[in-house]
Amino acid sequence: MPTSTAARVRFDRVEKSFAGASRDEAVRPVLRDVSLDVAPGEVIAILGTSGCGKSTLLRIVGGLDAASGGAVSLDGDPIAGIDTRTAIGFQEPRLLPWRTVTQNVALGLPAGTPAAEGRARIARLIELVGLTEFADHRPREISGGMAQRASLARALARTPGVLLLDEPFGALDALTKLRMQDLLLSIHAAEPATILLVTHDVDEALQLADRVIVLGHQAGAPGATIIEELTVPGTRPRDRGSAELAELRGRLLSGLGIDRHGSARGIETEAGIPVFPY
Amino acid sequence: MTNASAPTLPARRTRAPRSRTLTVVLGGAVLPLILLAAWQTIASLGVMPTSQLPSPAMVWNAGVDLAQRGLLLPNIGISVQRVFLGFAFGAAAGLFLGAIVGLSRFGDILLAPTLGALRTVPSLAWVPLLIIWLKYGEVSKVTLIAIGAFFPVYTTVSAALRHVDKNLVEAARAFGLNGFALFRTVQLPAVLPSVISGLRLALAQAWLFLVAAELLAASMGLGWLLSDSQNNGRTDRIFLAILLLAIIGKLSDALIGLFARWANKRWA
Repeated sequence: MPTSTAARVRFDRVEKSFAGASRDEAVRPVLRDVSLDVAPGEVIAILGTSGCGKSTLLRIVGGLDAASGGAVSLDGDPIAGIDTRTAIGFQEPRLLPWRTVTQNVALGLPAGTPAAEGRARIARLIELVGLTEFADHRPREISGGMAQRASLARALARTPGVLLLDEPFGALDALTKLRMQDLLLSIHAAEPATILLVTHDVDEALQLADRVIVLGHQAGAPGATIIEELTVPGTRPRDRGSAELAELRGRLLSGLGIDRHGSARGIETEAGIPVFPY
Repeated sequence: MTNASAPTLPARRTRAPRSRTLTVVLGGAVLPLILLAAWQTIASLGVMPTSQLPSPAMVWNAGVDLAQRGLLLPNIGISVQRVFLGFAFGAAAGLFLGAIVGLSRFGDILLAPTLGALRTVPSLAWVPLLIIWLKYGEVSKVTLIAIGAFFPVYTTVSAALRHVDKNLVEAARAFGLNGFALFRTVQLPAVLPSVISGLRLALAQAWLFLVAAELLAASMGLGWLLSDSQNNGRTDRIFLAILLLAIIGKLSDALIGLFARWANKRWA
């Protein structure tokens, strides 16, 4: 089984704007001046309010959108279009309904994989995500959590250097979500790819990431950029009840404009309208 | 189920298809048999003169008579040939142009308005022009049938391709598929049910236009048999031609059903 070689991702002053919806509306800047260096094998969580451009940043790495300015490089090569070294796990499973789980996962195999090797790899991945029993089921015959796991296996089938996950567990119930997080950690231990994880869940970010970056707007400047960056202490798997993480959680939430309601402990309550979700 | 130990689920599953097939066949035959009986009863009561309502036996004899004189099979054969040629050309063109209009925005802008306008022309309006251009030969009839078969396929295929889930297409693109591989993996299976129903409609249209073409200008075929029998007052042959059209039409539709099964296995 081929082991992935985790890739370094470098964002260099990345900008992205979209054309306005109507002719008289000017271009709408979404991202500006995003610079970040991601080490091979690192897990980065990208937090931000809804519509701040988190997914756009991920899609630029995946080659589905092109940056309007600046550059993103993979191991030093600038990204131009869809790269075989990247694989995306979307927010929705996006499985082909007429294919079985196995056939859907096989879609992720890089072109030119020898058939026998591909079959073995798919069987292993399906086992890794715990779907062996459902390998011959169609997507409509399995639960949402299973479909999301199949989608994860499909991305892993590519042996990606960079795994891009766009709120992969956002639509799952709370318990399934926690299980999926642990699954992702064990997968990362087995196949250490660089992971960029977009999420709006602060706890998820702290549980999974080496570093957390927060995208947001700075007063007076259009477009979101990195407004906060922090290295998460400790090694994974982290204690979900850790007090140190709880403190970071409060800090991140306030960075996202959420009042932590800490006045009972002498922490000043900030004014401001919380935005939901975060 | 009388055996108490037998009624397990797998046992029922293996038994079900055969008995279901039998039910379907018998159930489907009920109404035709009732109609046949009613027809026979009315004919033998003499309510209507036989020149207007021949008995089933007279229709059967008309068929045997035509067959013995070597006229039945050639008439059926030429009609079937016209329908299948016209259907094949029309459906192929419909698939091709439907794919272009449905997949490419440029093709949509360029072709859709013109094809949409042509579609609103009642297809029989083409008859005079086809006869002047292509004369009373096979080509003019096959062309008319092809026009009839083209539009149902074109319309359903182009509309279905436009509505393929964009998220699925994007996901497949993200995994390195593009061009024909993308079409074969995502778009084709996604629109397959629409393609099949388009083909079904097209085949029905093809038979419709066959009869129209043969009624207007032909010296052979089931449509010609209808108009010829009308002129000669042979009601029995008219009944025969209508029954043959019903039977052959149903059989050709069943062929599409077989194709649908095969295509579902192959692509979906």
